[in-house]
Amino acid sequence: MNAYETIRFALRGVTANKLRSGLTVLGILIGVGAVILLVAVGNGAQQAIQRNIEALGTNTLTITSGGGRNAGATSRSTQLTPEIATALVNHAMAPDVISASPVVTTSEDATYNGTDATISQFVGTVPEYLPAENYSVASGAPFTTSDVTAGRKIVLIGQTVQSDLFPDGGAVGKQITVNGTLFTVVGVLANKGSAGFADPNDVAIAPISAVRASLTGYGSVSQIVVEARNADRVDAAQNEVTGILNTELKVTDPTNEPFRVLNQAQLLSTRTNTLKTFTVLLAAVAGISLLVGGIGITNIMMVTVTERTREIGIRKALGARRRTILTQFLVEATVLSVLGGALGAIAALVGAQFTIAGIAPAIVPSSVLLAIGVSVAVGLFFGSYPASRAASLRPIEALRYE
Amino acid sequence: MAPVAAGSDVAQPAGDPRAGLRTETAIRPVLHVENVVKTYGDGDTAVHALRGVSFSVERGDYVAIMGASGSGKSTLMNILGCLDIPSGGRYLLDGVDVSRLEDRRLALIRNRRIGFVFQSFNLIPRTTAQANVELPLAYAGMKARERHRRARAALELVGLGDRANHEPSKLSGGQQQRVAVARALVTAPALVLADEPTGNLDSHSTAEVLAVLDRLNQSGRTIVLITHEPDVADHARRLIRLVDGRIVTDVRHRPLPYLQRTVTVA
Repeated sequence: MNAYETIRFALRGVTANKLRSGLTVLGILIGVGAVILLVAVGNGAQQAIQRNIEALGTNTLTITSGGGRNAGATSRSTQLTPEIATALVNHAMAPDVISASPVVTTSEDATYNGTDATISQFVGTVPEYLPAENYSVASGAPFTTSDVTAGRKIVLIGQTVQSDLFPDGGAVGKQITVNGTLFTVVGVLANKGSAGFADPNDVAIAPISAVRASLTGYGSVSQIVVEARNADRVDAAQNEVTGILNTELKVTDPTNEPFRVLNQAQLLSTRTNTLKTFTVLLAAVAGISLLVGGIGITNIMMVTVTERTREIGIRKALGARRRTILTQFLVEATVLSVLGGALGAIAALVGAQFTIAGIAPAIVPSSVLLAIGVSVAVGLFFGSYPASRAASLRPIEALRYE
Repeated sequence: MAPVAAGSDVAQPAGDPRAGLRTETAIRPVLHVENVVKTYGDGDTAVHALRGVSFSVERGDYVAIMGASGSGKSTLMNILGCLDIPSGGRYLLDGVDVSRLEDRRLALIRNRRIGFVFQSFNLIPRTTAQANVELPLAYAGMKARERHRRARAALELVGLGDRANHEPSKLSGGQQQRVAVARALVTAPALVLADEPTGNLDSHSTAEVLAVLDRLNQSGRTIVLITHEPDVADHARRLIRLVDGRIVTDVRHRPLPYLQRTVTVA
């Protein structure tokens, strides 16, 4: 009995009862398909988040005041000011810092021509903020340093704000009323992807001087956004910035700093790790369905062996060895599972073309190989018990079986 | 213990199953059963199916074994067919002691030296007559082309050359049994063992199958046939009757083919 013969016998066994074989194959198909597809969904989500965080800028650091448990007990100021931002741009002490933008943020109601809208992020900053945060201007022009110096009341609005206030477009050049102050729209920002729950397009960006003068007052700034030379130098920039801040704010205890430096790259890796856990979880759930499919194979092979006891007896009487019978039924189980695995992979590849729960699945090639490999193993493992039962049948009893 | 000794004295002749065949044809009986005992269970509940059966079958003979149900003829058939091993005694098939062989060797013996014909035909369902006949050759590891040729020849021999591609369900009972006969003789076994081959057949099909068996025997095949029908037993050259696991009569009706010149007894 060569391999070809064995496989032919097995195929004949599989096709003998097409409905039953088909249902068994379906069990494996669903298992393998689910593993590949759910891993693809997890992977797709991961990639989407990664893209969005990269869109936010992975080479930026965000400094906020805070921390410093006993900060209030001392008389020294721990507030962030625009002057601190200026001090951070220091080629000698901080060679990896390109720019540092002071940012004040507020949430304001804006009105244009009787239309009201709440701008959840009304940002006052300097022009360097735009490249640091990956904002680009779709129409109109960004404001300049001289606009900041002059405190001109001009504003760049995000896509959401534009569609809220100017449903018919043509925002550039119009004046909107923000908390009683008139701001002239000089540009509309390009669409920006989301990394979290907030809508990054529900934003308006104006010169910091104008915002402080008319909306927030001259308190401390909410944050300072630092742009590093490139994504690889973010950690170095973080150390340099921390050093300068410690000097500026006269921090004596470095373990108890009155500020926090948030690193986007760290945020990215945290999010990615979370999603990896999520993907593993999905794969585990799918793996359980593969296991159930495997049990289906055992079940159907047991039925097949019982049903074909007499045939096994005949084959043994004609000189089939134990091993021949064992191989025949093992191959039969494996044919079922491999067929299920291959169809499952195809189903998953087709399914991955659609958006699932708002996520575009991204197939992981290794998951396809793994799932098919596992399905072969499933066939061998779950087929081995029925096959060994068949092989160890005694010919006289098998022949007598009705 | 016996198995070791038996194993070693079997080893030589079993080396090549066909080596000794030609030279020793005249001297060695095809099968030799010596005081074979088969007991199922033990203690008080033991069932003695065979209580010491001894006989020999010469090459070319056609033996019918008769007996009522429960006489042990099925047990004897299973032992002769190497489907079961005796509890005691010796069984030499073609000079090889097969009474204490392991499973793997028994499978080989069944494949090479015995051809089975069963009462219920026992063809593999949904498989063509041709493929059914090829099956024992496939288990023997024969190449597809040669296998095909031999199976074809065997089917021609039983008069079913034109039915080779029919599945068992498309054949009459008599035709199915003739396919089974073709399958039994395709390996050119030392012994064709037929267990009530006409038990499930009408009289016409019975005649067909018996004619095939007669023809086989005339061409030199050794046949052992188990039956409870006297008409069927009449085709044999020799009749053995079993009662309660013992041979009660052993009568020769017709001479062995190569003894035909000598005077017939009985």
